[in-house]
Amino acid sequence: MDIVVCVKQVPEVKDVDLRINKEGTDINNRDDLVMTINEWDNYAVEEAVRLKDAHGGTVTLITIGDEDAEDVLRRGLAMGADHAILIDDEEFKGSDAQGIATGLYEVLKDLEFDLVLTGVQSFDDGWGQVGVILAELMNLPYATLVVGIDVQEKGLIIHRELESNTLEKVKLSQPALLTIQTGINTPRYVSIMGIRKVRNIEIEETDANELNLPVDQIGLEGSCISVRTLSLPPAGRAEMLTGSLDTVCETVADIIRKKGGIS
Amino acid sequence: MPEIFVITEHRKGKFRDVTFEMLALADKIASANDCSVTAVLLTDHAYGLAEELKSACDCVLIAEDPALGNYSADEYLAVLEKIIAQKNPLLTLVGNTAMGMDLAPAMSTRFSIPCVSDCVNVEISDNASLKLERQIYGGKINACLLMKPSSKYIATVRAGTFPADRDRGKNAKIENFPVPAFDNLGKRQFIEYIEEITEDVDITAADILVSVGRGIGKPENIALAQEFADAIGATVSCSRPVADKGWLPKSRQVGTSGKTVKPKIYIALGISGAFQHQAGMKNAETIIAVNKDPNAPIFNIAHYGIVMDMFQFLPKITEKFKQEK
Repeated sequence: MDIVVCVKQVPEVKDVDLRINKEGTDINNRDDLVMTINEWDNYAVEEAVRLKDAHGGTVTLITIGDEDAEDVLRRGLAMGADHAILIDDEEFKGSDAQGIATGLYEVLKDLEFDLVLTGVQSFDDGWGQVGVILAELMNLPYATLVVGIDVQEKGLIIHRELESNTLEKVKLSQPALLTIQTGINTPRYVSIMGIRKVRNIEIEETDANELNLPVDQIGLEGSCISVRTLSLPPAGRAEMLTGSLDTVCETVADIIRKKGGIS
Repeated sequence: MPEIFVITEHRKGKFRDVTFEMLALADKIASANDCSVTAVLLTDHAYGLAEELKSACDCVLIAEDPALGNYSADEYLAVLEKIIAQKNPLLTLVGNTAMGMDLAPAMSTRFSIPCVSDCVNVEISDNASLKLERQIYGGKINACLLMKPSSKYIATVRAGTFPADRDRGKNAKIENFPVPAFDNLGKRQFIEYIEEITEDVDITAADILVSVGRGIGKPENIALAQEFADAIGATVSCSRPVADKGWLPKSRQVGTSGKTVKPKIYIALGISGAFQHQAGMKNAETIIAVNKDPNAPIFNIAHYGIVMDMFQFLPKITEKFKQEK
């Protein structure tokens, strides 16, 4: 089974104090942020490699990004992917989901595959649209929020995650596109040694010009958004408890006793 | 008069709350802009469901067909394509739910209508463009978006953002839409719903929950939370990353895809507070959050916040209760 996985690098913002620039157009400490693979995409790569191990075939990664995005591709190669394609993101800056999917489509349409995987959504912008748009552009059957894949002789049996502890079982013909939800598997650990081992695999590079993409379909010009203004959320309602460890714990203990009816 | 369409969402004959949340939002936008609100009901059995919608909108548009009993992307898209082409709604609202995330991006591409997802507010701006609010970076940043002018828009709405107000004092007319023949479908087929049943403890029945998130670091550390929970007679629950990693069973997961809980006290340890998690616990009577990150969104809904490493907090707080015994 030949599988294509679309991946994205996103900034790690846990425990980071994000700041907005004066104009409200961007994060102003962006250069300080550590980039990492989008969590959903990590599960998608792992799932692709497992399917390859079980059924044979190849795994090809595609990303749209700058030269730093090569790290995400190398990481995926270290997990067991065979090929990687980097679409230079210069012309894609400011794209909406449609613009990104259009770029991926231009590469995907010339590849042979049985299955395309993407993450359900990206952590940073969280549009959660690229996978489905790509399926529509390719005219592929698709399923989103996938937490289980069973490969059968004729097609796939898929488990989708719905709200309220419920799964939906659907049948898809192949080729198909799936957007992968976290928790579908346990992604393997990637060591620095593992990444070193794949350093000689050539990463294919392309860009919007080479793909003959009209500039009015991608980037800011192709986006459905005209103005984007960022702000920090207003301060929360929490009463912050401060002081020594002992003081804080004594206060919390009092709250628990009082509100929980514990004597 | 411009129309606002709401794609209603139901499962096993019952509306999902997001349906009425979207109708409330649609009514708010409609009142400010002199629009009418139409609830679009795709179903195999409209009787009953349509009645429930009547007091919340101006028109209930029904497409009834045996193939529309359970949500399925291909059939929904085929029907909605006809409806939207014929009715030309200015704005179509879809839930940012398992159904809407599956449906809306395909509607956008197939019908060539721009779509912004996961909105927490939607307004029509002065120049008839759409103004949207959403959250990015896991709720750490708010984004206000103005869309480029278009004749139609789609917005998906975050569940739980608006009150599920069933009675808006309206009395909708009912209209039946002829369902087109379904050709060339069958690439995707609905089979069944599976409700996950476990023998594990029921976290929805607990008075006090000690809930652990990604910050717990490794599975061995859950014992520390369990020890604290035992000392105060609480049950241990968790956020998504902990269940994803298999450190606690899925039955302990609080949030949209897990359980909704309403304990007397919810103690969130190392949980950043993604909205899917908040949706499952925000109605707890008292929320105490401990997190190293002072900007963690959990502090926006907690009653009491402590910026601290939970591994300092846990042994000390456990000791406070153990001393008493």
